[in-house]
Parts: sequence; structure tokens; C-alpha cells
Amino acid sequence: MTETISLSTDPIARRWWADVAGGRIGYERCADCGAAQFYPRGHCTACGSRRVETQYAAGTGTIFSITVVHRPPSPALQPFAPYAIALVDLDEGVRLMAHADPALAIGARVRAGFTSFGGRVVPRFAAE
Amino acid sequence: MAFISGVGNTRYGKIDGCTTMGLAAEAAHAALDDAGLRPKEIDGLLTGYATTMPHIMLATVIAERLGVRPAYAHALQAGGATGVAMAMLAKILVDSGRCRAVLIVAAENRASGQSRDQAIQTLAQAGHPDYEVPYGATIPAYYGLLAARYMHQFGVTDVDLAELAVVMRRHAGRHPDAHLRAPISRDDVMASKPIALPLRLLDCCPVSDGGIAAVITREPTAAAKVRIRGAGQAHFHQHISCARDWADMGAKASADRALADAGMALGDMRYLAVYDSFTITLAMLLEEIGFVRRAGAGEAAAAGRFDLTGDLPLNTHGGLLSFGHCGVGGGLAHLVETQRQLAGRAGERQVRNATTGFVHGDGGVMSSHVSMVLERV
Repeated sequence: MTETISLSTDPIARRWWADVAGGRIGYERCADCGAAQFYPRGHCTACGSRRVETQYAAGTGTIFSITVVHRPPSPALQPFAPYAIALVDLDEGVRLMAHADPALAIGARVRAGFTSFGGRVVPRFAAE
Repeated sequence: MAFISGVGNTRYGKIDGCTTMGLAAEAAHAALDDAGLRPKEIDGLLTGYATTMPHIMLATVIAERLGVRPAYAHALQAGGATGVAMAMLAKILVDSGRCRAVLIVAAENRASGQSRDQAIQTLAQAGHPDYEVPYGATIPAYYGLLAARYMHQFGVTDVDLAELAVVMRRHAGRHPDAHLRAPISRDDVMASKPIALPLRLLDCCPVSDGGIAAVITREPTAAAKVRIRGAGQAHFHQHISCARDWADMGAKASADRALADAGMALGDMRYLAVYDSFTITLAMLLEEIGFVRRAGAGEAAAAGRFDLTGDLPLNTHGGLLSFGHCGVGGGLAHLVETQRQLAGRAGERQVRNATTGFVHGDGGVMSSHVSMVLERV
């Protein structure tokens, strides 16, 4: 599959997306202070510890905000439009950007699924 | 003391055949003429960046183009806040005694130097390359997320946002150099095509070509005596997914630092110049800083408070929404218009009693904030 939008060379990000392709959404938890964080960085932004562990979210959460994109950044993504991009507060206490059902409203309880977008599997949230 | 002794700009809009360097030179010469200075009298030069002309040392390129040999020169990058950030650094440089006259210049052929798709993709990179951009996000999408949440949280409506677009267009109609001057109505805004809902086309600024410059000096060099009285910044996040408290994005912290630096209060400001890349940007900044109550920007616009005769005259050049957005020059235009207002040189746009001015720039997605207080002396 050819991906329309390339990732950076960050190995942490590459691993995160490989997990998504396998149906899992990872986040980091600090082994020293216990703080959860997204996006994964390899160090804890709460206490500075380098001891962070990858954990996997249950996939449930709440819509914090949502927008419906009618004007994609490139012609290659036009067939997917309109698509909804949301910020989702996962029950584990981290927030991530993802795709979502455009009919969802802020505050809706959601569960993660996965869809193909621009040649890549991305998380997509729908009503729980 | 630091004075904005001269300003100049090119026309904003689609300018066929223009180049970033050509626009920079035209704006710089206009600002130098306005300040009554020859190019060789400049001993500091600051610029920003141009997406159509990525270069590792743009300030020196401009210095050479102008034929000046500054003692201090480099580029700055703070997204849309770069223009005000350049002015703040120029103030620091003249206050410290390091420079006597600093030229700040911003230019880009952002509209004609690339395709619209290129512009949209380049700007989307303000988002996270691994955790935001892969979702097909764009700058309007990031601000669409801001708008949806802010409207939900505080009860702002589509009508409120549309009122802001209408005022900016009305102001631009009085500026001969503005990109978009034809009047629009509230209904026009709400009927315009969807871009990243809830934001529609007329909630978004245009992509423009343009160049703009100002000269900051230790002593006044011209009749206009407009002093930079204080400045401040705040930077709470880069990516919208990492912004923690959406009612406290850093705008108020930045404004409070600038006001404290100036020894003045919000209520002392007689003219406002606030970043307005989207209607929601303007609403959030005005409300967080505290010029109007939460969800009050739309009603203030409808009541005429942002008009030339209102109590909070705002972005009388038309702002990014209608004067135009050529990148760094888009945000610098707010500062230049403030200088013209405080100097009493704004022509048919002149606000009475514009003795003090507040300028605010926002870079990224409410990420970088730079505020400045100006006064006529």
C-alpha cells in the first residue's frame, strides 16, 4: 500500500503506527510517577523520568472536539472527503487525534475501530 | 526607548510575477523612506520565514539585496506571532544599546509562488507530523476543532463568528492595499462553502502575496513618535492535541506580561490589533485576553464596538481575514496599522484618540503568543 502522507523517521512513531495496523492504540505510562501521556516520547513530561512503558488503551473514550473536513490537503485524499477528525479523551486519561463518525457530537461516548485512510490504517471512533 | 519610526507595505493579494525578495525590498524601502533613513543607517535586520523560499539565512539574503551590512541580523520563527516577535526583539536590541535602527521585514509570494494544495500541505505541518498530519488534517481542521469545542463550551454561535468576518471586511473596504474589499453580510459567511466545519470559507483568511516592514529606532527619526512601551510572550503547547486548558491557551498570560511591562491596564488600550487567521481565532483571543466577555465577541461586533467609532476599534486595516495573509507579513500588518493609527496617519480609517494600542500575534494553533503595547508620545 502506498501511503499518501509519510511519517517521520521517529522509531517510536513507526512502532505506534505498526501497533495501530495491528488493532491496538498505545500510550505511555511513567514507571516512576505513574503519569499517562500521549503522544509517546520515550520520556515522561510530568517528572522527566526516562522509564516509560508502552500500554494499550481499552479503546473507549469521549469526544472532546470534532470537525468535518470538506477540503482535504491533497487531491489524493479527496475521495475520502468529507471525513471527521476528532480529539478523543481515552478513559486511560490521554487525548489523541483520530478519525471519527462525522455524526458524533462533543461529549459522545465512543469506541475505537480502524479504517483505511490514504493508504494507512488509522483509528476511527464510533458511538459506543 | 524604542520607537516605530517608519512603516511600509506592498499591496496584499494575488500579485502575478511577484517574488518574496522583490516584495521584501519594496516594503523595506517604503519603511525606510517613511522613517527618513537611508538603507546604510540600518544596523540591525530581522526577518521571519517564507514557505515559498525556504532558506537557512533569510535575513542576510535580504540585507545583501538591500545593500546593507548590519551589525546584527537573523531570522525568527514563531508562526503567525513572528511579526510581533520581531518587533519585540528589535525593542530589546535598541533598548540594550546594541542597535540604533533595526529593520524588521516580512514578505512572501504565498499566493502566486505555489499551488493552493502546496500552501495547504505546507501549513498543515504546524500539526504533529506523526500524530496529526496523517489524518488528513489541515490548518482549518485544527481551528475547526478549536471552534467546535469553544462554541460548545461557551455557547458561541455561527452568527457570532460571522459578525467578526463582516467587520473585518468592512474595515478592509477602506484600505486601498487590502486583498478582499467587497462587502459581505452575515448570511454570506454562513452560506459560504464548508471547509472544516464548523468553519466555512469566509471564516478563513485568504492566502495572499505581500510584503511589509517597519523600522524600530532608539530615537524618533520622523514626525511619527510611536513608542513600544511593553511586550510579553507565552508558549504553552505546539500541537492542538497537547493543549491542556482551552480557556487558557497562553493569550492572557502573554497579554498580562506585556501590560505589566508597560505599566498599563487592559482598560487603557484605545486601539486593538488582534490576530485573526480565522473568525474563531479572533473570538478566542479577544475573550481570553478579556477585552470582551466569554462568547461576547460576536455581540460586540454587531453592536459596533470594533468600528472606527466604537470603544474597541479593532484591526482597522481588515486583519488577516480581509487585508490578507502572506505568512509572517500577515501578523506584522496588525503592528503596522497600529503605528499608523497612533501616529494619526490612517486617513479615512483614522480612529479618534488612538493614543495607545495593543497588538497580539498567535502562531501555530493558539501555540505561540506575543503581545505588545504601543503609545503615542
